[in-house]
Amino acid sequence: MWKTIIRRLLLMIPQILILSILIFIIADFMPGDPFTGMIDPNLDPAQLEAQRQAFGLNDPLPVRYVRWVGDALQGDFGRSFNYQQPVVAVIGGRMGNTIRLSLMSIILTYAIGLPLGILAGRYNESVLDKSILVYNFVSFAVPIFVLALLMVWIFGYNLNWFPSRGSVSINANTTWEIWTSRLYHLLLPSITTAILGTTSIIQYLRSEIIDAKVSDYVKTARSKGVPIQKVYTKHIFRNASLPIASGFGFTVVSLFMGSIFIEQIFSYRGMGFLFLQSINTRDYSVIFVLVLFYGFLGLIGTLISDLTLMAVDPRIRID
Amino acid sequence: MAANQDAEAAVLSDDMAASSPPMGVKVIAREFMKDKLALLSLILLIVILLTVFIWSFVVDQAAVTTVSLWDSYLPPMSMSEDPVHEGTRYILGTDSAGRDIFGLLVIGARNSIILGWSVTVVTSAIGIVVGILAAYYAGLVDNILMRIIDFIMILPQLMIIIIFVTIVPNYNVVTFALILIVFNWHGPARFIRGRALTVGRLDFISASRTMGTPSLVIMLREMMPNISSLIIVNLTLSFAGSIGLETGLTYLGFGLPTGTPSLGTLVSYATNPDILENRAWVWLPASTLILVLVLCINYVGRALQRSADAKQRLG
Repeated sequence: MWKTIIRRLLLMIPQILILSILIFIIADFMPGDPFTGMIDPNLDPAQLEAQRQAFGLNDPLPVRYVRWVGDALQGDFGRSFNYQQPVVAVIGGRMGNTIRLSLMSIILTYAIGLPLGILAGRYNESVLDKSILVYNFVSFAVPIFVLALLMVWIFGYNLNWFPSRGSVSINANTTWEIWTSRLYHLLLPSITTAILGTTSIIQYLRSEIIDAKVSDYVKTARSKGVPIQKVYTKHIFRNASLPIASGFGFTVVSLFMGSIFIEQIFSYRGMGFLFLQSINTRDYSVIFVLVLFYGFLGLIGTLISDLTLMAVDPRIRID
Repeated sequence: MAANQDAEAAVLSDDMAASSPPMGVKVIAREFMKDKLALLSLILLIVILLTVFIWSFVVDQAAVTTVSLWDSYLPPMSMSEDPVHEGTRYILGTDSAGRDIFGLLVIGARNSIILGWSVTVVTSAIGIVVGILAAYYAGLVDNILMRIIDFIMILPQLMIIIIFVTIVPNYNVVTFALILIVFNWHGPARFIRGRALTVGRLDFISASRTMGTPSLVIMLREMMPNISSLIIVNLTLSFAGSIGLETGLTYLGFGLPTGTPSLGTLVSYATNPDILENRAWVWLPASTLILVLVLCINYVGRALQRSADAKQRLG
């Protein structure tokens, strides 16, 4: 197990390198540089040029890349020109919000998906199963931004059940108030994400359970007198949850990715929101690190998926 | 005894029916007749497409995109207040610049549908070529192609697309479509490869190879027809996906350029909280249309998928 993990982690290094080179080249094509916005009549172009030189912006691409990697290895990912702060600080300040949002969405996704999948599988062909399938179909098809807008409009603005913008109320002062306010702000965006995230969980769980129902080990368990409830919880569910366990990593990653739309619509100040902001302000040191971070997350996601699959099913050996 | 004979007769007639397996259009038609919701989606989809395309010929795009500030944000069903447009009634109201929402909706839907469809056709074509090549040659070719696809899969796609949209010089509809194609061909390619692999292992392909049939002929005339139904299913399902992606990007402001209204352009009015809350007529019709379109296309796709697989058929 540990050997596998270490080998996979080592394999990630070249992938991360390729990704970073690619994004570095792309970032180089972005129009304007961090000083573009600072041009004003009082500033001598020569001075601006000197600044560029000082920041090393005029060096050839490979030189800048190597310098960037060297700094990054020491934990220095550059400075955000828009915020006049280290990139790590800017992203770190937003990361908490996105992690809270993703965590909440993951919990809700499984809280909705698992029971619905089990019910649909256990009572397949019933009215309940059919309505769950309809829900599953709709949640698969609906684009996330359309649903998010409708949710904000209905539950945020018209019914006023949830706050419609931001991640925390400005009136919250004590720690307790801040955390409850945060939770309250989290609910609507994470419910929206969770509604759309359940598709594969329900689909896999349902079909696995339907297959398992007629399998020999279930017949054996039933004939030796195991109560039906116990067969479902102890025997079938364990086996049926395999594909879901393997999808865990992907689910987490896709939730992070979906955060761009969700954070934009709910004006939720997380990393997705920061990304769009940085695109608009051409703050490419931030963009670069964000993309790299999400790429890294994708790699970790596949690794987690494989490892969980190994952990829940000892028969599987991945190398 | 008599009952037994009846049963035998029934079995016999079933056998007779099975001797000529139902194919193609007939199966699809039967599937749609059996699933009324799919039929309804298909009809609705055709109605929407016809309305959008016929209407967009009737509607004068220049007239629709003309700014008339007198008519800014008129609610639905109100008469024009601009003396120039005396007597026009805005069925769905107007936007900030006094443009007719209904006209924008029709033109936007047309643009979104055309763009979504072209992106889908091109990505599927690339997917078919790559998928079949990978499946036919297997080994090294397959390995290289799959590594490339794996790499694209780990990319944070949405972010990369947005970055490309901002860096492309002289950005227009074509470059936008190209960017979408570059980052979306891998899905169909993986899908087609998976199915083509099983077809490629079948005996008749090996037989054909031993007979010396040229590779190109095997791929085009033997493998492709065997996965054609999957190609159609894939086309439909990724068509819905493309529409969702395009409108989503346009909503964020990184989609179709401003001169080409899309459904996403109308939805993007909702980024302004005031419009989102108080002027729902501006963005709600477009959102609903996206929703209906995507649901219908997906439902039709599901029905096609079922008719492509004899085990899942309802009819």
